[in-house]
Amino acid sequence: MADCAQPVSPRLGIGAAIVVAALILGTLAAVALRAEPGRGLGSSDWAALRFTLIQACLSAGLSVALAIPVARALARRRFVGRRLLISLLGAPFILPVIVAILGLLTVFGRAGWFSSGLALLGLEPVQIYGLHGVVLAHVFFNLPLATRLVLQGWQEIPAERFRLAAQLGADARAMRQLLEFPMLKRIVPGALAVVFAICLSSFAVALTLGGGPRATTIELAIYQAFRFDFDLGRAALLSGLQLVLTGAAALVAVRVSAGEGFGTGLDRPLQRWDGSTAGARIVDGLWIVLAAGFLLLPLSAIVLAGLPGMLTLTAAVWWAALNSILVAALSTVLLLLLALPMATAVALGRGGVIELAGILGLAASPLVIGTGLFIVIYPIADPFSLALPVTALVNAVMALPFALRILVPRARAVVGRYGRLALSLDMRGGAFVWRVLLPRMRPQIGFAAGLAAALSMGDLGVIALFADPEFATLPLQVYRLMGAYRMETAAAAALLLLALSMAAFWILDRGGRWHAEA
Amino acid sequence: MLRLENCLIENGGFQLRADLTIARGSRVAVIGPSGAGKSTLIEAVAGFRPLRRGAMFWNETALAQIEPGKRPVAMLFQDGNLFPHLTVAQNVGLGIRANLHLDVAKRAQVQAALVRVGLQDMADRRPAALSGGQQSRVALARVLVQGRDLLLLDEPFAALGPALKAEMLDLVGELVAESGATLLMVSHDPNDARRIADQVVLVAEGQAHPPMDTASLLDNPPPALKAYLG
Repeated sequence: MADCAQPVSPRLGIGAAIVVAALILGTLAAVALRAEPGRGLGSSDWAALRFTLIQACLSAGLSVALAIPVARALARRRFVGRRLLISLLGAPFILPVIVAILGLLTVFGRAGWFSSGLALLGLEPVQIYGLHGVVLAHVFFNLPLATRLVLQGWQEIPAERFRLAAQLGADARAMRQLLEFPMLKRIVPGALAVVFAICLSSFAVALTLGGGPRATTIELAIYQAFRFDFDLGRAALLSGLQLVLTGAAALVAVRVSAGEGFGTGLDRPLQRWDGSTAGARIVDGLWIVLAAGFLLLPLSAIVLAGLPGMLTLTAAVWWAALNSILVAALSTVLLLLLALPMATAVALGRGGVIELAGILGLAASPLVIGTGLFIVIYPIADPFSLALPVTALVNAVMALPFALRILVPRARAVVGRYGRLALSLDMRGGAFVWRVLLPRMRPQIGFAAGLAAALSMGDLGVIALFADPEFATLPLQVYRLMGAYRMETAAAAALLLLALSMAAFWILDRGGRWHAEA
Repeated sequence: MLRLENCLIENGGFQLRADLTIARGSRVAVIGPSGAGKSTLIEAVAGFRPLRRGAMFWNETALAQIEPGKRPVAMLFQDGNLFPHLTVAQNVGLGIRANLHLDVAKRAQVQAALVRVGLQDMADRRPAALSGGQQSRVALARVLVQGRDLLLLDEPFAALGPALKAEMLDLVGELVAESGATLLMVSHDPNDARRIADQVVLVAEGQAHPPMDTASLLDNPPPALKAYLG
């Protein structure tokens, strides 16, 4: 019928959504069938649950509490490098976890810069392993995200309100009551929920900085049950628990979060008249310097610690790097094959099943999918020989929710603006996709592909489940080198990983925007 | 000949009735108050609005079940008539083959159309590098190569200044005179109708009236039109 004519069919997208949903629910079912409900949770399982919740609460609370003064300072100050600093706040999202951890160890570890400084003052070195190490790493990753979210709240306050407040002669306290508190009341619950949900499924941080009976997250417990005890029943039980937790948290986060922090225009300085006292200037300056130092020191530490070892990297590291590039490339291709048809179908108004797959993707934990895939593959093939494609697939599914958030609004705009023109020219199917949809979406496709490639390049999750001693990706190789206390080689390999991740993101993102017309 | 028999066209909650015939080769302006359903009428002819009731024919062919791109219709929208990432020649070429696989003869056809609208030197530019009037000419060159029997205009020149708009309307007049196409154009300006149209379809109060002679209708407007013209 003419009334539902569309330039392209949503069937592929619905198919892709069904594949994703089947993968997530199928692996879950595989896990559930192996779980032994009669056995219930043991004391160590309860400890893992408790630790998971405590560290997630602390990480969320601290990240957001620190983000409030940092965002306030960034919102009302203008200084050289402000734009750069605000762009850098987006970087931890694509920063490989293992690289950041190595950097944090170099700065805050027992033999790190911070402890050496304390030793000069005759103080004891700080202890980074355990709960506070896990929380420190989570704050490192999520303080920038929380800052971006609160900064977005500041940017959404209309300029007229600042003018009005200035006209009324509002002092710092009045500004808080008039503008800041109402904004925070709207933004903070969402920010807390997002950071909490992210920290719930923390694996790599807990693997490297936690461990032991007192600092094990559920994800880590799944890995240990699987890898050390090969106790599929227990891994399955823990997977079920994890899925309930992340599912609930993802639902809450989606419900209460206002924006996703991908918003553009965050570097636009607002015209402000408040905070001009010397005290306010000093306090703001201090917060900016502290936050920038906290983010930049570990990264500089990796560069400094890694450079000397770059020339002596072993063949094993280069092979691992090649594996990582292959995983990232395959994962990016898989992601685009899933996300583009899904985004198109949503743009055509066939949202239902696809939204469901998107929510499932947010709730899914890579270790749960990995465990399920292992159970499914085990009877028919050697799971370890499939480490590379399985890792790529799981990474693609994990990147899917972010990719959809980037692609869907643009796909909607393109179909809305050019759909009828294309129809009137009898331009459908392939002609529409190749001549209109893909060229018009190129910048967004490049951005999504860049994120997916960088996330996959730095991922240390499923690969830890599936890799045999002969096979490693670069993040796993860094982890193994750390475990063998070969810190200089580990730092060099981490620097290589950092360079590869950033290069993958930069090339794809730039490639998308290259010669892209408005 | 375009024939609308007892048509009921739906647009959201709004309904428009139409029972009229438009002779082949005539130039018809669709006028009426804003929100009365002028665009709804031509969108139905183009195939973007479903018929709740009635039937629509071009000569003896029933149109209702034919997809927009397969109808004997070329249409220009209010805006967004060009793809900004394609060159002028590609935008015109879409009118011949939507996948842009054009052989030498077809490319010559595109070039001839660009010559006809006075843009022979602009073939490799992108729309952003052209003025508003030039962009309208590109869209008209595409209409030319489409070679359809019916040309529908949904105020594509509304954003142009008065002189440029008049120039475009004159060009449209020349083009349909050369090709013998039937023109159906939405307008809210009676002067446009006088300039180019020999007949007027008045759309008011949920009804599209049969076409009437432009001059006599505008000189002796019925009450509904009089209220609109003021």
